[in-house]
Amino acid sequence: MSVSPPTPMRVTAPLPDRGGVGLKADHVEQILAERPDLGFFEVHAENYMGDGGPAHRRLEAIRALYPLSLHGVGLSIGSPKPLDKDHLKRLAALVQRYEPGLFSEHLAWSSHNQGFLNDLLPLPYTKRTLATVCDHIDQTQEALGRRMLLENPSTYVLFAQSTISETDFVAEIGRRTGCGLLLDVNNVIVSTTNHGLDPIAYLDAYPLRHVEEIHLAGYADAQDDAGRPLLIDAHDSPVRDHVWALYAETIRRVGPKPTLIEWDNDVPVWPVLLAEARRAEATMARVLAASEQKALRHAV
Amino acid sequence: MPFEATIETFAQALSDPARPVPAQTRGREGRPDTRRFAVYRNNVAVGLIGAIEARYPVVRRLVDDAFFRAMAGAFVAAEKPRSPVLIHYGETFPDFVARFEPAQEIAYLADVARLESAWVEAYHAAEAPPLALDALGAIDPKDIGGLRFSPHPAARLLRFANPAASIWAAHQGDGEPRPPDVWRAEEALVTRPEADVLVRVLPPGGYEFARALFAGATLAEAAEKFSGEGVDPGSHLVGLIEAGAFQSLR
Repeated sequence: MSVSPPTPMRVTAPLPDRGGVGLKADHVEQILAERPDLGFFEVHAENYMGDGGPAHRRLEAIRALYPLSLHGVGLSIGSPKPLDKDHLKRLAALVQRYEPGLFSEHLAWSSHNQGFLNDLLPLPYTKRTLATVCDHIDQTQEALGRRMLLENPSTYVLFAQSTISETDFVAEIGRRTGCGLLLDVNNVIVSTTNHGLDPIAYLDAYPLRHVEEIHLAGYADAQDDAGRPLLIDAHDSPVRDHVWALYAETIRRVGPKPTLIEWDNDVPVWPVLLAEARRAEATMARVLAASEQKALRHAV
Repeated sequence: MPFEATIETFAQALSDPARPVPAQTRGREGRPDTRRFAVYRNNVAVGLIGAIEARYPVVRRLVDDAFFRAMAGAFVAAEKPRSPVLIHYGETFPDFVARFEPAQEIAYLADVARLESAWVEAYHAAEAPPLALDALGAIDPKDIGGLRFSPHPAARLLRFANPAASIWAAHQGDGEPRPPDVWRAEEALVTRPEADVLVRVLPPGGYEFARALFAGATLAEAAEKFSGEGVDPGSHLVGLIEAGAFQSLR
């Protein structure tokens, strides 16, 4: 079997510990013209599952200049149904073609007997569901020939039959499958607020040593039946201040990590999106400088 | 409740607003919460309707937004995507529009939807260098009639009972659309020889000629299908090749 060489003139694959943004078609022309100094781009894998055309042409041009993170939104890892083998093949083909530095998917389900429901839906956390999710992650890592990252979800409801906390569930998945973790800090704020939990306690219980990428995004405000705050993971606005604060605390614990700004709806003009990624980099630099100073004080 | 049954109940309740919020779900009061579950219902509906809006921008302009949302909403309630590859979702929307009772008085709406759907298929079709016109020059004239042509992966042929291609073209860009000069049935070719999708109205009768070639007929066989007046099959062939309709000949 012959292995085709990587496309010449492409930058290397690994994601640097810097800021990145989700790639939007409307921004590509300006990015290619200005070549901003940015760590990486991330794309939703399913948007590049056509055979050819402008979407692939744009992504090839971007990939030549920047490392890429491939983010799946349709594998339905958290479903009781078997994984879609055709979808795994499509993902494997994209991984081979674009050589992304990372591949990530969600602790969620999105397809069932009704078809593909186009949302990241919640599952109960039990020994039974843990076994299914681990089996699906094993199959995915086998099909792609590489480690994947699993992202913690935003949730609006819990399940009566859940017997394991989300953090313990994720930790056990990491232990059994060896997968890495994508920590979505906005999802931590959304889920802990929605369920009346403490986000710092969530970080304390989370297996942070396996975190290889961080997501940041904006949320929307709503209320539940009892009038309590209900945050919605909307990806339609700037990252909120207390999400930035929790991000800084996360960086203090795990060190600098590739950090993505997700802004998928009401997408702003390019400079606004770029400024959010710059703010993530400034936060990493500030936290790093503070911890170095602290180390210095201890040394003196 | 077993895992499978929990997810099935959740999925059914998402797809059917008449069903109750699944009894296994919990809000902070320790019981099912309508507004919490509504977030998921809303995400599913808004996301899928958004996919239809993105694929059918001219259909949306031809009716008002509220009408389009209602029509797209009825479609997504009836037909969920069969695959997580949403760029292929909505290919059956034109047939739905054709059957959708409130849209019956806009006779051309389903035809415009067919054209927009073909445009998206062409946009995502495989890359292939189109057959160049020079290739014909290299053929011995006595062999021309026996030539067969392979269609380009992006090429799509469409036949409408209405001037759907002219209506579609008039709704590109932001200007005030003008009605077609002549109200007649149209035939169209959609191609993407390079990066851009092209839509061409075929000369009258050209559809049967092109369709025969696409199906593998020889040029001589296809020419018999050509019923256009005032245009000869040769110049029509040149037009098809120049539009990037073919990938190769043999």
